[in-house]
Amino acid sequence: MKRQQIDKTVQSGFLLIALFSITALSLIVLFLFAEGVPILEHVTLKEFVFGQYWYPTDEPADFGIFPLILGSICVTLLSGIISIPLGVMTAIYLAQIAPVRVAEIVKPIVELMASMPSVVIGFFGMVVVAPFIQQLFNIPVGLNMFNASLMLAFMAVPTICSISEDAIFSVPTALEEASLALGATHFETIVRVIVPASLSGICTAVILGLSRAIGETMVVLMAAGGAAMIPRSIFDPVRPLPASIAAEMAEAPFKSEHYHALFAIGIVLFVFTFLFNLVADYISYRFRQVGEASL
Amino acid sequence: MRRFVKLLVVLVVAVQLLAFQAVAGELVIKGSTTVLPIAQKAAEAYMAENPDVKISLSGGGSGNGIKAIIDGTAQIGNASRFIKQKEVNLAGTKGVYPVPFRIALDAIVPVVHPKNSVTDLSMAQLKDIYLGKIRDWKVVGGTPGRIVVISRDSSSGTFGVWKDMVMLKDRVVPSALTVPSNGGIVQAVAKTPGAIGYVGLGYLSAEIKAVKVNGVTGTEETTLNGAFPISRGLFMFTQGWPKGDTMSFISFILSKKGQMLVKEAGSIPVFDL
Repeated sequence: MKRQQIDKTVQSGFLLIALFSITALSLIVLFLFAEGVPILEHVTLKEFVFGQYWYPTDEPADFGIFPLILGSICVTLLSGIISIPLGVMTAIYLAQIAPVRVAEIVKPIVELMASMPSVVIGFFGMVVVAPFIQQLFNIPVGLNMFNASLMLAFMAVPTICSISEDAIFSVPTALEEASLALGATHFETIVRVIVPASLSGICTAVILGLSRAIGETMVVLMAAGGAAMIPRSIFDPVRPLPASIAAEMAEAPFKSEHYHALFAIGIVLFVFTFLFNLVADYISYRFRQVGEASL
Repeated sequence: MRRFVKLLVVLVVAVQLLAFQAVAGELVIKGSTTVLPIAQKAAEAYMAENPDVKISLSGGGSGNGIKAIIDGTAQIGNASRFIKQKEVNLAGTKGVYPVPFRIALDAIVPVVHPKNSVTDLSMAQLKDIYLGKIRDWKVVGGTPGRIVVISRDSSSGTFGVWKDMVMLKDRVVPSALTVPSNGGIVQAVAKTPGAIGYVGLGYLSAEIKAVKVNGVTGTEETTLNGAFPISRGLFMFTQGWPKGDTMSFISFILSKKGQMLVKEAGSIPVFDL
């Protein structure tokens, strides 16, 4: 075979592989919509998204997922409030302040935390954290939004930290040295130069961390309490979208209204993560660091 | 060459025979997590007596058990409730006739935290608690404190029975916590001082306190004589009238030996042993 031919074959081989994975994914999306859209024969879109009651097995059934959507959003936001400062500051410490030896030990540990199975974290939340926060805050029940957010923050911190750390680490040394040479202190350099220069990377890290939190199923199933109500405080139990799908799918009769409703919840969840990714893309494009002169 | 062909034919036939044997000796059982402990004990004992039969067992819930019978993915479908009209219709359209066998009885007992002073609740009080009308323990004679209502997921068989017998078809309050299993209820009630939940009789333990209903303690005796108001049958469904291994497994469970195992698993035998 001629070298050009080999080149062609390799090219088409890679094209085939790329097509295969893309087709598989698009088929899943297609399936999701094909199974979820039929719920609109039973309820209107407005009733589905803004309905207050989720009683899928009653006769007649109610398919309002507003409490579930609110549950997902609240849990994700609260976990963001906890995990973003922790993750980003840990990253700054590791990349800028910590002695090399400390960083060499701590960074692998943080990355190891990312590989903790979510079911273990969920179990920990249910058995250890729930009784603890129940006594600490003197509230009736420990399985609630706060508990779930705390557990999700545990999962998001390693993601946020390790990706931000990479972004901060890859800021050109010349920038840092220039800032120090102009008489700025180390702290001023971090706040005014390093962090702005790595902002796009940090934003990507935050959004990846949060999209992990919104899609996470096991933790919210075990620790969030599972009440399909509109939460009034952070200590109310909630039932986020993925928990509903996981808890009910096995029992929903095949091709029933309930079955289609659960797939429609899947669509809503898909839209959420899709928006997250769009925002991440936009931010990393908008705040892209081009060369060293654009600060 | 001809010898080779002969050998090949013999091999193919042998493989097919083996495969046939494997299929004939395999029993798939699926369904309710409430029936699972019984099915597990029975399957172990049955396989010990009949080593050529392989039984594969999985949970997934009553709805899944009945679905498996209709789809033909299992020979026996476990359910902690009777078959619903919708499911009968679905089976009819697929030409399947599900046959129920009541293999055990179970009582669903309301449970509270061991430190709770309440010992007796009426059916009406239970209903009002789960409707969200009674929110404080002092209304039902306990020490003041908010009642934390814990329920099961809306598709569980235990929930279905609770809804039919206690709620009388009314809706459980949305603020009720939902837990995916009997074990989960025990776990949650044991850790929450103000909690009330409900579990199958087999799941009662020292970590939680059973509450009398209308003055009757939930036990094997009170369930068998009908005094305890919240009880149900546990079922195994087969696809049409059972044959072969399926038949002998069902007979085994309904025998005296099988019913002893039902008792060991924490449920109530269908006849006096």
